[in-house]
Amino acid sequence: MVGKNPENISALQTDQTKALVRNLDFFYGDNHALKDINMPVYANKVTALIGPSGCGKTTLLRCFNRMHDLYPGNRYKGEILLGEDQKQSNILSKQVDPIEVRMNIGMVFQKPNPFPKSIYENIAYGLKIRGHSRSFIDDKVEYSLRNAALWDEVKDRLQDLAVNLSGGQQQRLCIARAMATDPEIILFDEPTSALDPIATLSIEQLILELKDQVTVLIVTHNMQQAVRVSNYTAFMYLGRLIEFDTTAKIFAKPAVKETADYVSGKFG
Amino acid sequence: MKSESAKDVHKLIAWAKLWQAGFIILGVLSLLVGIVTLVALLADMFIKGGPLISWRFFTSFPSRNAEEAGILSAWVGSLLVMFVTALAAIPLGIASGIYLEEYARKNWIADLIEINVANLAGVPSIIYGLLALGLFVYAFHLGDTVLTAGLTLAILVLPVVIVTTREAIRAVPSSIREASYALGSSKWQTIRSHVLPYGMGGILTGVIVALSRAIGETAPLITIGALTFIAFLPDSPVQSQFPYISFAWLMSPFTVLPIQMFNWVSRPQPEFQLNAAAAGVVLVGMTLLVNGLAIYLRYQFRKGIKW
Ligand SMILES: Nc1ncnc2c1ncn2[C@@H]1O[C@H](COP(=O)(O)OP(=O)(O)O)[C@@H](O)[C@H]1O
Ligand SMILES: [Mg+2]
Repeated sequence: MVGKNPENISALQTDQTKALVRNLDFFYGDNHALKDINMPVYANKVTALIGPSGCGKTTLLRCFNRMHDLYPGNRYKGEILLGEDQKQSNILSKQVDPIEVRMNIGMVFQKPNPFPKSIYENIAYGLKIRGHSRSFIDDKVEYSLRNAALWDEVKDRLQDLAVNLSGGQQQRLCIARAMATDPEIILFDEPTSALDPIATLSIEQLILELKDQVTVLIVTHNMQQAVRVSNYTAFMYLGRLIEFDTTAKIFAKPAVKETADYVSGKFG
Repeated sequence: MKSESAKDVHKLIAWAKLWQAGFIILGVLSLLVGIVTLVALLADMFIKGGPLISWRFFTSFPSRNAEEAGILSAWVGSLLVMFVTALAAIPLGIASGIYLEEYARKNWIADLIEINVANLAGVPSIIYGLLALGLFVYAFHLGDTVLTAGLTLAILVLPVVIVTTREAIRAVPSSIREASYALGSSKWQTIRSHVLPYGMGGILTGVIVALSRAIGETAPLITIGALTFIAFLPDSPVQSQFPYISFAWLMSPFTVLPIQMFNWVSRPQPEFQLNAAAAGVVLVGMTLLVNGLAIYLRYQFRKGIKW
C-alpha cells in the first residue's frame, strides 16, 4: 500500500511536511473507527480526504484539533506529529493541552455555524481570547474579511447579526473567523455540502487562495471538488487509509483497485 | 354491489364525524369549566376589591378599622422578601444549573441529584417552611425576619431555577459550542461567552416564573412566624447619613401580601372581606406584571438568537 510509505512518493520530494500521521488508531468507545492511518500533510498544499460515507474522514479530521477530547469515551492511539522536520511534537500526546492544539489549528464545519452575535464579534472572538488589543482586532477583522472575499459585502454592517447572512456568506465568515488567528493548518469538513453551486464555487476559490498562507486539509464527498481544489488526495475506506498520492495520480492512475473503483464511481 | 359498499363507507364516515363532533363538544365543555370558574373568581374579586384600590390603600398600615386599613407594610414586605429571594436564588440556581449540565460527570450520582432536584420542585411548600424554621430560625437564630423569609422562598424556588437553567443551556446546540472550542476557547470561556448569553432568555424566564411563584407563597412564611399585623415599616435600605446604606431591614419582622389577605379573610366583619379582595387584586396585578416582564425579557434576549 502506498499509504504506508508516504515518504516514497516520488513527486512529493520538494514539498515540506507540515504534519505526519503515524500509526493512528481511533476509538469511539468500543467502535474502532480509524485503523493504522499513516499519511503526511504537506505545508501550503491542499490535501483532500475522500471516501464513502462512514469511512472515517470526519473522524480523522477531528483528530487534528483534538475535537474528540470534548466527548467522553473517545481514545486515540498513535501520533500526529506537527511542525517541520526535527521539531515535530505529537499533538495527540496526553501532555499536550487540546486548547493549545486548537490555538494553532483552525476548523470550518460542515454546516456554517456563526455565533449568534454580530459579524464583527464573530471574527473578533478568537482574537479576544488570545488577548489582542482592540486596535489590533479592528485591523485584523478587516484584513480577515477581505481575505475571505467578504469585506465588500459586509463592510457597512459589521454590527449586524451574522446569522442574517446568506449560507455562502456565513461559511465565508466562518473561514474568516478561523483564519483570523493565523493557524498553521486549517481543517474543512465538507464545507460546501450545505451550499448552492455558486456559493460552493466561491468557497473553492477561497480555499485555493488560502494555501499560500496556510496548510489545508479538506474532507469532501465530492470527487470533482477534490480534483478542483487539492494537490494531494487520501482515499479512505472502512476506517483505513487505502491510498495516498497526488490528486492527479489518484484520479488518473490509482495504484489500488478500491481507489480505482471509487474514483470511477463504481461504489460510494 | 359497488354502490352498496360506497353507501357503507359513507355511513362509516358519518359515524366517525359524529363521534368527532361529540368529542369536540366534550372538550370545549371541559375547557369551559376551568375558564369560567377562573374568570368568575377573578371578576368577583375585581368587582368587590377594585373600587377600594386607591392611593390611601397603598399608603396605609393595616388597622382595626376596615375603612382605614391598607397594605403598606404588606407590599413593602413582599418587595423586600422578593429582593432577598432573587439575590439568593438567582446566583445559586444558575451556578448549580451550569455545574450540573456542563461540569458534573454523567454517572449515577448525577442521575440521583437530577431526580432529587426534579422532585424537590414538587415538594409541598409547607415542608420548606418546616425546614426553614429548623435551619434559619432555630439553628442560625435569624428570627422571623425578612432575611429568613427571603432565604426560605429562595430554597423553595431554587429547583425551578436550576431546572430551567439546565434546559436553557442544553438548548444551545453543540455546533455552536464546537465553533467556540475550535477557536481555542476553554470550557469556561465557551460557557461564559456563548452558552450563558445565548441561554439567558430561557434562564431569565425561569427566574421570573420562580419569583412569581414565590410572591404568592403563604404557608412556609406562616410556618417561620411571619406576623399578620404590622403597623410599621422596616428600616429604609437607603439612609440620609453616612454610610447611606443600611441592612437593618433584613432583620426586621415582616408581613407579605398573601398573609395580609389571609388575615383579612379570616375576620368576621364583611368590610374586611372587601379589603382582602382588594389585596388580591394587587397580588394578581403584581404577578401579571412580573410575568409580563418575563415575556418582554425573553423576547429581548431571543431577538438575535438563531442557529
Ligand atoms: N460520535 C460517534 N460515536 C460513535 N461512533 C461514531 C461517532 N461518530 C462517528 N462514528 C462512527 O465512526 C465511523 C466514521 O464516521 P465519520 O468519520 O463520521 O465518517 P465520514 O465522515 O467519512 O462519513 C462511522 O462508522 C460512524 O458510525
Ligand atoms: Mg463526515
